[in-house]
Amino acid sequence: MVHFTAEEKAAITGLWAKVNVEEAGGEALGRLLVVYPWTQRFFDSFGNLSSASAIMGNPKVKAHGKKVLTSFGEAIKNLDNLKGAFAKLSELHCDKLHVDPENFRLLGNVIVIILATHFGREFTPDVQAAWQKLVSGVATALAHKYH
Amino acid sequence: MVHFTSEEKAAVASLWAKVNVEAVGGESLARLLIVYPWTQRFFDSFGNLHSESAIMGNPKVKAHGKKVLNSFGNAIKHMDDLKGTFADLSELHCDKLHVDPENFRLLGNMILIVLATHFSKEFTPQMQATWQKLTNAMANALAHKYH
Repeated sequence: MVHFTAEEKAAITGLWAKVNVEEAGGEALGRLLVVYPWTQRFFDSFGNLSSASAIMGNPKVKAHGKKVLTSFGEAIKNLDNLKGAFAKLSELHCDKLHVDPENFRLLGNVIVIILATHFGREFTPDVQAAWQKLVSGVATALAHKYH
Repeated sequence: MVHFTSEEKAAVASLWAKVNVEAVGGESLARLLIVYPWTQRFFDSFGNLHSESAIMGNPKVKAHGKKVLNSFGNAIKHMDDLKGTFADLSELHCDKLHVDPENFRLLGNMILIVLATHFSKEFTPQMQATWQKLTNAMANALAHKYH
């Protein structure tokens, strides 16, 4: 089980408090679809994904990105039990959505990059390390119920 | 062989022209050592790597980071033949340095994050996609001579 020190929790929650979840969520999902185009296969019903600007401006992408990052925010309140927090979503992504868990790691990397672009110097190496550990823990938790 | 479009090459060149190789190189290597601490095992002779500030301030880390990123810059001039450009370095990293090629991908990710912190909004989704492709291709080229 992943264990976060008090400093790591503070680094995570401190930055999270300043994140605009709607904006960051939309951007995270948008960048995933742009940088790793095969991920678009999971979003056939989203309409126009034919270019970077189409993807970044697509309202369904923004809405779903917000939903995903809101769920991430819930996990941040349960850092001591990520597997429990994500159990149902893990089953959903395996049984219904059929998403390869590698994509959770890719989304985690995209979230880290967005935080880097938004926070600049404030995204210090220690803060990055805490967030890298978090997104890795979330990806593992989301893959935990796969069979 | 990886093929880069003329737009991708232009995007890489335009961002690279503004990169302070010494600063970005040192910071990328430092972040690698902080975020993925097992990588410190390759740098026993570097002295004090005990904390984030020690690593960020370590002159050997800065100097070596600059060396690594200069090599990166050289490769950017040869984007149509990364495998050829990195052939000797690939043999060195396999035969003498014994570095697991996974670490090249990790360093590539650190470079992206440092670029994201430095360039912020200018590090657009398309820019991120192009640079991800470049760092992936470099990691593959560095692993190419492994046996």
